[in-house]
Amino acid sequence: MSMKTVFKRTPTLKDYPTHYCPGCGHGIAHRLIAEVIDELGIHGRTIGIAPVGCSVLAYDYFDVDMVEVAHGRAPAVATGMKRTNPDKIIFSYQGDGDLAAIGTGEIIHAAHRAEQITVIFINNAIFGMTGGQMAPTTVLGQVTATTQNGRNANKGQGYPLQVSEILALLPGAIYVERCSVYNPAQIRKTKKAIRHAFELQVDGAAGLSLVEVLSPCPTYWRMTPSKAMKWIEKDMTKVFPLGRFKG
Amino acid sequence: MCGNEALAEAAIIAGVDAYFGYPITPQNEVTAYMSKRMPEEDRVFIQCESELAAVNMVYGAAATGKRAMTSSSSPGISLMQEGISYLSGAELPAVIVNVMRGGPGLGNIAPSQGDYFQSTRGGGHGDYRTIVLAPSSVQELVDIMPLAFDLADEYRMAVIVLADGILGQMMEPVVLGKKLQRKLPPKDWALTGADNREQNIVRSLWLKEGALEELNYKLQRKYRRVEKKEVLCEEHEVDDADIIVVAYGVAARIARSAVTKARQEGIKVGLIRPITLWPFPSDQISKIADEWRIFLTVEMSCGQMVEDVKLAVAGKAPVVFYGRPGGGVPTLDQILENIKQLTIPAKSG
Amino acid sequence: MSGKIRIDIERCKGCGLCVEVCPKGCIFISEQSNKKGYFPAQSNNHECTGCAMCAIICPDVAIEVFRDDNIEAVEPRKRHRPNLVKEKA
Repeated sequence: MSMKTVFKRTPTLKDYPTHYCPGCGHGIAHRLIAEVIDELGIHGRTIGIAPVGCSVLAYDYFDVDMVEVAHGRAPAVATGMKRTNPDKIIFSYQGDGDLAAIGTGEIIHAAHRAEQITVIFINNAIFGMTGGQMAPTTVLGQVTATTQNGRNANKGQGYPLQVSEILALLPGAIYVERCSVYNPAQIRKTKKAIRHAFELQVDGAAGLSLVEVLSPCPTYWRMTPSKAMKWIEKDMTKVFPLGRFKG
Repeated sequence: MCGNEALAEAAIIAGVDAYFGYPITPQNEVTAYMSKRMPEEDRVFIQCESELAAVNMVYGAAATGKRAMTSSSSPGISLMQEGISYLSGAELPAVIVNVMRGGPGLGNIAPSQGDYFQSTRGGGHGDYRTIVLAPSSVQELVDIMPLAFDLADEYRMAVIVLADGILGQMMEPVVLGKKLQRKLPPKDWALTGADNREQNIVRSLWLKEGALEELNYKLQRKYRRVEKKEVLCEEHEVDDADIIVVAYGVAARIARSAVTKARQEGIKVGLIRPITLWPFPSDQISKIADEWRIFLTVEMSCGQMVEDVKLAVAGKAPVVFYGRPGGGVPTLDQILENIKQLTIPAKSG
Repeated sequence: MSGKIRIDIERCKGCGLCVEVCPKGCIFISEQSNKKGYFPAQSNNHECTGCAMCAIICPDVAIEVFRDDNIEAVEPRKRHRPNLVKEKA
């Protein structure tokens, strides 16, 4: 009895061990993006932007031209790249510190100007790379290195920032969807969303696409990978509801 | 043409693909002019949300191999320092025009030369240099723009064109369209899509042991090459001069008039006018420094270039300073007065 | 079994997500660590249907999945399919 391969690594995802923690969501998101790039046949004209965060070395994992940029500046860099190279497919890959803390100005204005770029926003409610500090998307009550008693809005620690909801208000943001990777069915949905976000750029749609992916950080959530996925399913989605907000 | 518009037109003639800017006095004529002319030439213009965004858009366009520039004034250039450090670490070509104004802080909108340190010492973090060009007339500003782009492309460096509020605003007749004959290397490092080739990566993070050290040595070797080949400096009546005035930009124009007047009064004074502030004409200054001469550095600041003059002179001759900061512009008479003071022989005892 | 998986033991970080999602409970954590000190996942493949849930959730893409060839199989991934988008229209 012979067997057919039904699941194999896609070429744009380099066959290289990642430095991510066991159970980290980055690996899943990387695979989905790489598969979409290969399925759309755009490998030869895609340029990706690696952020500052755990995924700073994303260029070691994606086999496309890539640029590393300063923390939060990816949408501005993407603007410079896309405007001068309209035929290229430009995507930025950003975490919650990168996009929702230091980079809020850049993402809002790129959306305002309806830049024709694809933004994949990985929301794991924490600053992973620097040791688990509070991020703008950290939920109330969540314990982090800088909210050791749990995030408390009454103590001036702010509320979790709902990026998808905010961006959907801007006319220049034409597609905004929040997904997750907490089980295979959700992962499939996330891939559909990512694919749609890339297709819009391939088709020359006049605006910015953003896919927000709720992703686990088992290390700094102090959970097993399995529990982390459940926490997303049961708790995180209460603060960050899944769904298509625009487009 | 007024300086700001002239530099913009010169950049267009030099083939700039993209201009990204943000309003700030006294360079708003550049953004307004570019907003009209760039679309006419089918090139990219964006008024962005901040100078921070502007320098990062330059970074993006440059990473794909395009000629990109931005312009701003002192406080906005402060915001760009992170970007300039990243451009330098990633070895990307870029042209940044600083139409200097009074500082520190919000300062004022009058002309100044208070950003010499910021430009030549690298206001951002890390061991890097940017080429700094300091024109002193609108014509020179126009001629320097294509040079700035060529130097940026040849050496994969950020080039700062240092003007000031006077140069930006003043109207002078110009001749546009000077062509340069520099041979430039191909941009095979650029991000153009990995179609049938290995991926290109533009980066400045090097975590592996020794890798960043090696990058720094590579940058330094490049900077030594620039220092050897690209110094530009003008000398005026230096040969028999006892007093050498050193000044750049608009201060040099006023100083030159003062030198001419002093000569008419029989004082043996000359002028050295650095055009590249980095690489600084240290050799040129060092050659003429001896114990019979005195150097008077004139700047529109509290004294920044004077330190480089002192370094170049290396103690062989006295170096003194006259300047006015915070938007003050030295007059011909004030400079002349300072020159004359140096002719009074020191009383002994 | 109508399916089979192959886990790259040296690539696996032992996160256990595949163990959790396998509908047949085929996968378990090995008692033998790999060179990096992780305890990787292992499959007994007895009841494997080749559903690929494990591979879909694996963050390290450490799992390859195979299915009996007289069952409908999915095309292995290729890089260039430039007609795909046009076909949709």
